Parts: sequence; C-alpha cells; structure tokens
Amino acid sequence: MIHSLWRYRYFIIGAIKSELIARFSRSKLGAIWMVINPLAQVLIYALILSNVLAAKLPGIENKYSYSIYLMAGLLAWTLFHDIVSRLLTLFIEQGNLMKKMSFPRITLPTIVVGSSLLNNLLLFIAMLGIFVLLNQQFNPVILWLIPLTLVIVILSIGLGLVLGIINVFLRDTGQVVPIVLQMWFWFTPIVYPISIIPQKYHDLLILNPMYPMTSAYQQILVYGQAPSLDSIAITAAVGCTLTLLGLFIFRRANAEMVDVL
Amino acid sequence: MSLLSVQDIGKAFRSYRSEWQRFARWFGIPMQPSEEHWVLRHVNFDVAAGEAIGIIGQNGAGKSTLLKVITGTLKPTEGAIHINGRIAAILELGMGFNPELTGRQNVIHAAGLMGFSMDEIQAAIPAIQAFAEIEEYFDEPVRIYSSGMQVRIAFAVATAWRPEILIVDEALSVGDSYFQHKSFNRIREFQDQGTTLLIVSHDRSSIQTLCDRAILLENGTVIKDGNPEEICDFYNAIIAEKKDRTVQVKRLDNGKTQTTSGTGEARVEEIVLYNSVGDAVEFVEVGDTVELRITAKVYQPIETLVLGYGIKDRLGQVMYGTNTWHTKQVIERPKAGERYQFTIRFTANLGVGSYSIQTALVDKDTHLTANYEWQDMAFVFNVVNIDKTHFVGCLWSEPVIKIEEMVA
Repeated sequence: MIHSLWRYRYFIIGAIKSELIARFSRSKLGAIWMVINPLAQVLIYALILSNVLAAKLPGIENKYSYSIYLMAGLLAWTLFHDIVSRLLTLFIEQGNLMKKMSFPRITLPTIVVGSSLLNNLLLFIAMLGIFVLLNQQFNPVILWLIPLTLVIVILSIGLGLVLGIINVFLRDTGQVVPIVLQMWFWFTPIVYPISIIPQKYHDLLILNPMYPMTSAYQQILVYGQAPSLDSIAITAAVGCTLTLLGLFIFRRANAEMVDVL
Repeated sequence: MSLLSVQDIGKAFRSYRSEWQRFARWFGIPMQPSEEHWVLRHVNFDVAAGEAIGIIGQNGAGKSTLLKVITGTLKPTEGAIHINGRIAAILELGMGFNPELTGRQNVIHAAGLMGFSMDEIQAAIPAIQAFAEIEEYFDEPVRIYSSGMQVRIAFAVATAWRPEILIVDEALSVGDSYFQHKSFNRIREFQDQGTTLLIVSHDRSSIQTLCDRAILLENGTVIKDGNPEEICDFYNAIIAEKKDRTVQVKRLDNGKTQTTSGTGEARVEEIVLYNSVGDAVEFVEVGDTVELRITAKVYQPIETLVLGYGIKDRLGQVMYGTNTWHTKQVIERPKAGERYQFTIRFTANLGVGSYSIQTALVDKDTHLTANYEWQDMAFVFNVVNIDKTHFVGCLWSEPVIKIEEMVA
C-alpha cells in the first residue's frame, strides 16, 4: 500500500493541484472562495450570537474574543467535516473510474486528505490575518497546531474510510451521516463556550472525540496556552483504531466494491 | 513463457440477504451468500507475445467482465491470471478527463493514473502532442474541445508507451477516418514490435483482418478457440441457432473448416461453377463471365424460400453477397420434395487468389428469422490471371492509362 502510494506520489500531487485548478478556473476570486465560505459562517455567528454569548467567555479583555473563539473551533471542525464528508461519497463518485481503470485505489482517499489539508492551511492563513487585525497576540504555543492537525486527520480518515466503504453497499449511510455530522457540530462546544453546559453533563463530553480537539484549538488560539494532552491522547487512540479498522475493511472490500458500483 | 495466462478464471457476483452479512464476511465470519451469479466460469487460455486475439460473443457472454478481470479492475473470484508485462486498455477513451483542465494537464493526469513518473510523462508529452495533432488547442481547457479532439488526445495518451498487451474494445470506430487510419497504423506498429492485441468486437471484418486467433465466449466460458474465420462462421451460425444447436463443423482438405447450420426444411444439394465455355471449373480467369449453379431441395413445406450467397476471399471478407429477396425472386410456398436450380451469372472481376462461396437458405432478407440452411465454405475456387495486365488487390478494374509528355 505504502509502496504504491510512493510510486504514484506525482500523480497524487498532480491530482490535488488539478482539483484546485478545476474548482476555481472560471471564478474571478479563485481560491479565495475556499476561505470566504467558512469566514462568512463566522461572521453570521459573530453578528447574531456575540451579544448573547460574549459575556460568558471568561478571562479575556479583547472585545472580539468571541469571534476568535469561534474561528478557532471552526478551524478544527471544518478539517474534520471536510475529510469525513468527502470520503463518505468518494468511492461512489469515483465508481466509474474504478470500474474502468486499474490503479492503486488508496490514492483516491489520499488525494482527498491532501486537498482538504491544503484548504485548511489556506483557511488558517486567512484566520491568522484576521487575528492580527483584531489585535490578538500569539506565542510559540501555536506550533501545537501541527500535531493537533495530524490527530484530526487520523480521526477523520478512520471515520470517513469506514463510512465511505459502508456507503458503497448501504446507500442510506450517505443520507444519515450529514445529519449526524450536523448534530455532532452542535453537541461540540464550538459556537458556544463550555460554561453554558450544565455541570452535570460535562462528563458526557468525554464521549465526543472531537471535543478535545476543538477545545485544544481554542486554548491555543484564544488563550495562548498549551493544550492538556490526556484527552487528546484518547482521541488519537480512537483515531488510530478507526484508521486501522478502515484500512482493514478497505483491503477486504476493495474487490467487492467494484462489483456493486 | 506466455505473456498472459488465464487459468481457470471464474467471476461471481454475490448478493446477500442483508449487507450486514457481507460486512461480517470481511471479519472472517462465514456467511452464505443468498445468490451467486457466475458471469465467468472455467475460462482458460494462454497468449504468446505478438499474437492478436479477437474475443467474440453475444451480449452478456462475459466479454467485458473478462477484459476487466484481465486489466485488473475486477478481481476474479477463483482462478489466477499471470501477466508478464504492462497492459494498456483503449476501453472508454477520454474517461476521467476533467473539462476545466487543459489538454496538457489532462494528459499528465491520465498518464499519472497509468502509473508513469513525472519524468517519463514530461519526456513523452511532445510525442503525444504531435500524435494528437490538435495544435494550439493542447493548452486550452478540454471543455472547448470537439469530441473528436478528446478522442485524439485520449488515444495518444493511452498508446504513448508501447504496452506488452493492448486491449481494444470497439473504440477504433471513433474519430474521423484520417485519425482512424492513424490509430490503426499505430496498433499495427505495436503488433510488429511484439505487442499482443486483445480485441473485442462484433465486427467480423475487423476481427478477421487484425487477428490471427479468436476466442468465442458463450455463457461465461470459452466454447471455441482457434482460427478467426472458423470462429466467426461458427459464431454466425449460433446466433441463428439459438433454439436448437445443430451446428456442424467439417474440416476440408485444404485445412479450412466448413460450418453448416440450420433447421433443415431446405438444403443446398449441389454447387457447380461453370466458365464462359460451359465447363465445370475450379479455376476462373480474371474477368471471365461465369455461372454459379446452386441446386436446392425442399424437405418440408415452408412459406417462402430465399437463396442468399456471398463470395469471400481467403481472409473471410465478403467480396460480394446478395439474395433473392433483394432481387425480388422469392419462391412462394414451395412444397416438400421440390427442387430448384438457381443460376447466378456474374463477371469475375476479382483479384488473383482463392475464394469461397457461402450459401444461405432462409425465409426473408436475413437468416435471423428462419435459417433453413447456412453453409460457409460451401464451394472453393481460385481466380487466376492469364491474359490481363498484372495487378494486385482483390478487385479487377482494368484501367486506361494515358501518358503525355508535357511541353514546357
């Protein structure tokens, strides 16, 4: 698997590039659209909810702190959401190609992950620019984002691969997962601070593997503090398990997938 | 050592009562599929370098599945395939082209998908561009291409590197005739350099001109493997014979095979060829007026009787063929026991070589509604050139050539 990925490395890089070119070749603003979308979301939440929720963010003087908090959480969530939802439909969309051409199938999810990472990097750069405008301070803690991104990628590959393969055989999956993802988004403290959740439900958040990630992003970008590693380690373990499971199913189902596509 | 060896291949499409049972199987829990549909079973053949093999069969016989198993997009359920070399397929040209990307970018993408490295691709691009002959369009997005231009690019990429095995699936009939010739030439060149061709087609003339061997697939198994002309005749016979299989194959003295099929209400009894002097002959002079006399006997009362005949060259290409339906000479309600003699007079405007006559006794204009008797290789004769200008080719078309010196 790794050998064929290496052999096809130029193809993968080329495909990521082509995907970008194709998506924006005929729009005037080009790649800027990639960041406008999530930033517009931030703007909407910030306009509507800042008065209600801003007061609940403890310990920060910056009056734009709620917007920064929002962006931090969304940066983590969009990466996760992007990879999972694209892997979900990947094999169905590429079904025709898989039926007609013989090439290592593992390149397909790799391309998705690569292009999602690139999107996320652009979004991050755009957000940094906005943070500077909002007078937000940074310190070297920000480097923590690199391993954190890796953990999110592993978690989303695992989940996306498993769901994407199941979706080939059970098409209902493709309908259910977006709904679940939306509910999941609202059950994760991204738009609202954790303080508004009643204390007795806090323990339930352990069950949400994305919660440690969004809260770590918020710790780093809003408060400039290093994240606590215990809960992240759990997420990483869950991610690794799911990825191994995904790759195992992928090997098993590879031949059968083309049969039913 | 053979280039491609297909050993007892079987492909089954399995369905389960619930998809959860399928998932359980991946984890090693034994589950019986509720239905197994075998598309291929016990397919065996070996292919040597430089061979050209036609794969023939009716729709649903398993041709495409076999090709997919050979190219590797489908995994066989049982059996094994050994391949020594690279396979390229001209299946659906232009598959996966992105309309927003330029021709050049799509070429890089498609070649990458075939597994070539960046250096190899960059080195091959000038040749691809030159072969496709689409000039300045090469750096324009594919969405503004005509379909012909897309096919040109797709063919140029697919054949940019000589593969050991080239699979061609009726794709050759695309593009304008100039490019068709060009792509045909390239396939021929590959073949001369030792590439093995696997051709799937319903068109018997392309199978017979390109291939030196044919494989007939029926219901997922190879039912015949041999000389293309013989296989095509046999295939032709079985399409007519779907209900009762009475196809007979007889080996003639000259090593060719005679295929006879039909339901037998009427049969050809005798075929004789007379030259212009009135002698029964097997050798005909170029340009001589000859008579082909075919005697047919009716064994059971039928509605209508039509005789069709064709003259085929040694490769099995039909030079000329017609029937008494088209000449409006249908015999109405012939009775059992009646005999008819058909005298067909024509000029042998044929090139030097060996020719065969095929005959068909049918009810209407084709042999698909009722086929009383169909005979390939029913009669063999030779055309010799005795007093005409020496010429090559399969058509005698005596020219008048005038030469004048031009005065400057």
